[in-house]
Amino acid sequence: MAYDKFEILTSTAVPLPIENVDTDQIIPARFLKATERKGFGDNLFRDWRYNSDDSPKSEFVLNNPTYSGKILVGGKNFGSGSSREHAAWAVYDYGFRCVISSFFADIFKNNCLNIGVLPVQVSTEFADKIFKAIESDANTEIEVNLPEQTVTLKATGESESFAINSYKKGNMLNGFDDIDYLQNIKGEISEFAKNLPL
Amino acid sequence: MGKTLFDKVWDAHVVRSIEDGPDVVFIDRHMVHEVTSPVAFRGLKSRGLKVMHPEKTFATADHNTPTINQHLPVEDPLSAGQLKALEENAAEYGISHWGLGHEKNGIVHVVGPEYGITQPGVTMVCGDSHTSTHGAFGAIAFGIGTSEVEMVLSSQCIMQPKPKKMRINVNGDLQKGVSPKDVALYIISKLTTSGATGYFVEYAGDVFRNMTMEGRMTVCNLSIEMGARGGMIAPDEKTFEYIKGREKTPIGADWDKAMSYWETLYTDEDATFDEELNFEASDIEPMITYGTNPGMGIGISKSIPNATDVEGGVETYKKSLGYMDFNEGEDMIGKKIDYVFIGSCTNGRIEDFRAFADIVKGKKKADHVTAWLVPGSHKVEDAIKEEGLLDIFTEAGFELREPGCSACLAMNDDKIPAGKLAVSTSNRNFEGRQGPGSRTLLASPLVAAASAVNGVVTDPREFLS
Repeated sequence: MAYDKFEILTSTAVPLPIENVDTDQIIPARFLKATERKGFGDNLFRDWRYNSDDSPKSEFVLNNPTYSGKILVGGKNFGSGSSREHAAWAVYDYGFRCVISSFFADIFKNNCLNIGVLPVQVSTEFADKIFKAIESDANTEIEVNLPEQTVTLKATGESESFAINSYKKGNMLNGFDDIDYLQNIKGEISEFAKNLPL
Repeated sequence: MGKTLFDKVWDAHVVRSIEDGPDVVFIDRHMVHEVTSPVAFRGLKSRGLKVMHPEKTFATADHNTPTINQHLPVEDPLSAGQLKALEENAAEYGISHWGLGHEKNGIVHVVGPEYGITQPGVTMVCGDSHTSTHGAFGAIAFGIGTSEVEMVLSSQCIMQPKPKKMRINVNGDLQKGVSPKDVALYIISKLTTSGATGYFVEYAGDVFRNMTMEGRMTVCNLSIEMGARGGMIAPDEKTFEYIKGREKTPIGADWDKAMSYWETLYTDEDATFDEELNFEASDIEPMITYGTNPGMGIGISKSIPNATDVEGGVETYKKSLGYMDFNEGEDMIGKKIDYVFIGSCTNGRIEDFRAFADIVKGKKKADHVTAWLVPGSHKVEDAIKEEGLLDIFTEAGFELREPGCSACLAMNDDKIPAGKLAVSTSNRNFEGRQGPGSRTLLASPLVAAASAVNGVVTDPREFLS
């Protein structure tokens, strides 16, 4: 599925300084029953966000009007657990285009890259700096610059670079996905398959 | 320089390597289930693509199926919709489909090995993180997202950078009452849930050599719980013996050809790993978790650690204990439980039910405990009946349900109610994993059985003479 191109994103951010946020929290299993990709944003962090009677939990950050933006800043080991791409869809559908963390779980990170959410891994120190900046001023703007591979706190100019391989970077900048790539080398794949060990 | 087991299988499947990018990796076996595939099939349709290798693709329904009255129509319209979508997609693209009610139906990671779909040296994926299970056979097997499911359907390839390599050695003899689940929970408790992120793990040493294939599956299954992409064990005589004669296993000349490949699947002596860890078997006791991720586990005789003694942030740790309604320093043994769940792709195989039966034989389930015994497949269900285990369960006050993922992720009606405490042989104790507000203690089938009998968390060693 094609997605919007990602170049430079400047936005306020929503802080979630909890470690090991697993994909069961991002989107609980009972909301995985759809056969179409729509409406997952409504159930993002469902059980942290709503009580069992569907009333909002006021203490949860997504229900706090002070915080908003297209960037989600999570604690260490964000997105662990289940491979459900629905977690990345929920993040995207809610309106986030970028997740910043000091450490990502593998499959979640991959899923994000495949659907156009940019996972930005920063040092623990820089992650702490971002959390503190948002805590002291919820209007703190963060610039995520994909061509330059930098993340910057606009107010102070403090900046850190982040890693992304050039293939994935190209995909994100152009809104391409891997399926486009694979379709173009199908002949090569068929040839390869003739000489498999089994 | 020599190659690791992982290198040998991975390198044999690389169609091309992209500079400063991923490898294009050919996939030999693609397992498909009803929850993570419908959007992939939709994508395929909207792009006008076909399934490139339907003969390498296998569909089964498991995540979202009821475990009672499977012969009746599925009541939940959304669940029924997913099952129907899988059935229709499989029919449209010519994919083998073992849906609800099919005699070969069961959990994707249980039926794969049972029917010989899983073989040494293959690459295998599924839209499910516990695909790592199949690594027990010396396969490279791992979970993927739905975009990747669509890639594999349409091109039989995925695009991923080659992961780093880690070897975990456990040597020596296990104590009585210590099962493969305990070995895995022990390792995860040492590494944390992110300790192996970015790595593919090979398990080596006496303990894994001596394990049955079922035990190896349990260990490899839990690789993802320490963040690893997957885990694998070099195939040996036990592996070949297990797969021989199964439905999809090669025979005759094809078997001989396969064996000549399979016998090369081990890590060369001069091969190197990015990380190597060693543990002593004798240090491991029956394990139980006390928190809200699988890394929060301790020996069952130990007490809950203090926040200052564990890795990670104090706030996160306290939030976790708060959810469980536990306190630092408390003992786990003796905590009153409400539910017991035995099943899942982690511990839903025949060996797990045999272990459970060993403990409950001639005893009675505690009255206040609700127990769900869910076989991983119809084949497991049949074996439970044929081996007389069902009689043991019935006499002890347990009922057997029908196969599926069930309360492991509680997508169906098998939900642990809010606030209730469950000893579960599954793989995740995340908040709400087994139902909104449910509280999960992960443990082995032996711990689950002993706790079901006593009605409180119980060290199974007291039941073993």
